[in-house]
Amino acid sequence: MTVASLFVDAFRFMGNNGSLLLRTAGSLSELAFTALGIALAVGLPLGLWLGHKHRGLFIALGASTLGRALPSIALIGVFIAWLGVGFWNVTLALVILGIPPILANAYFAVDGVEREIVEAARGMGLTEAQILLRVELPLGLPLILAGVRIAAVFVIATATIAAVAGVGGGLGDIIVNPASYGDAGVLAAAFCVAAIALVTALLLALAQHAASRRMAPRA
Amino acid sequence: MTGFRLADGGGPVIPNFGQGTACLRHNHWFCKSWVGQHWGDTLQPALLQHIYLTLIALGIGFGISFLLALLGFRFRLFDAPLGAFSDFLYMIPSIAAFELLVPVTGLTVTTIEIPLVSYTLFILYRNIVAGLNGVSAEVLEAARGMGLTRLQTFLRVELPLAAPAILAGLRIATVSTISIATVGALLIHYGLGAPIFDAISLPDIFRTELVAAGGLTILLALTADVLLALLQRALTPWSRLR
Repeated sequence: MTVASLFVDAFRFMGNNGSLLLRTAGSLSELAFTALGIALAVGLPLGLWLGHKHRGLFIALGASTLGRALPSIALIGVFIAWLGVGFWNVTLALVILGIPPILANAYFAVDGVEREIVEAARGMGLTEAQILLRVELPLGLPLILAGVRIAAVFVIATATIAAVAGVGGGLGDIIVNPASYGDAGVLAAAFCVAAIALVTALLLALAQHAASRRMAPRA
Repeated sequence: MTGFRLADGGGPVIPNFGQGTACLRHNHWFCKSWVGQHWGDTLQPALLQHIYLTLIALGIGFGISFLLALLGFRFRLFDAPLGAFSDFLYMIPSIAAFELLVPVTGLTVTTIEIPLVSYTLFILYRNIVAGLNGVSAEVLEAARGMGLTRLQTFLRVELPLAAPAILAGLRIATVSTISIATVGALLIHYGLGAPIFDAISLPDIFRTELVAAGGLTILLALTADVLLALLQRALTPWSRLR
């Protein structure tokens, strides 16, 4: 079979199984975006606050190195072996994997804002919360969004692989089941996973681009 | 594509929960005896395969990133598109990238290496360009004043001054590659991902193998990080002078 015909088969599978793919894409998205949302709610404020205080460099560095070193599938496996199969158990593992890039980037984004600018804001009478939200957050936004993007792609990839352990019912189920869905089905599901990640990441990249243009010093 | 997936190839390694030691029967988190018995036939080969996978991905990835970074550094026009391209590659989830390559490169190590190499570009390209761009104009002016040619300036001034940023990028790329390489074992029973998937795909997750292989992956990543940090110190002694 030629390479082209395999891809043609994959697209034919997409045409014939639209509702299956939509449904599984939905459950994958539900799992991934729930985890991403919680990771944002935990990692972002913590990173911003530590960055504002210029404290916890060790936490930010440690989180980013350890977060990168953790093999995602092994962590999913440990959580399932420990807590059992379940939506929230896998979500929890995904949250743990999603937090480090968000936290570390938020920390370095705020920590890296020029001290003179922060001093000027303080001199103008802004409270600490106002400095963080109106000065440091906008200036650090491009780097913060880059962290969210990395976390999003990572969480979507890992949520897909979680199917190996029998969790999800999402696109990952098709990917790990070539015996039931055939190579065309696996390929079609892989396209869908890539599409979900790409659309999410491109939206975040556009937001990042817009943020860095707005924050660029004007001539 | 063949049916060579998941639990294939794990055969003799996976214990029969009905027999074996009490530790294995109760599926404890870490049975020393199993690790001792299967170090030679499972864990050590997987570790060596993993190191091989990582070294190839980093070698090729660094070579390509360096050439692209030179292009982006020398001709600023190319910098933004090259940066965006390396960003784009990183937006494709590892598992999807591996599956999409199977029709093209088959169930081979190449199928794992291509995404691994492309992910290193995302980290290395920007770090190398940022390192080279970070050399201050005064330093370059001084180099020109001393009569250095463009090539001499690059090799003796810009490259050494960019070394800390380049090595910092290499550390991040190394740790990421070691971790992401485990995902490839879903397709090809190779590297430390193989015992991890073997353990997970059992109905009752085999905890000892999971923890041993997962732990080895983290240990390998952290060891590589420390070794590269030491290399960074050794190569850039001036950065310690304050």
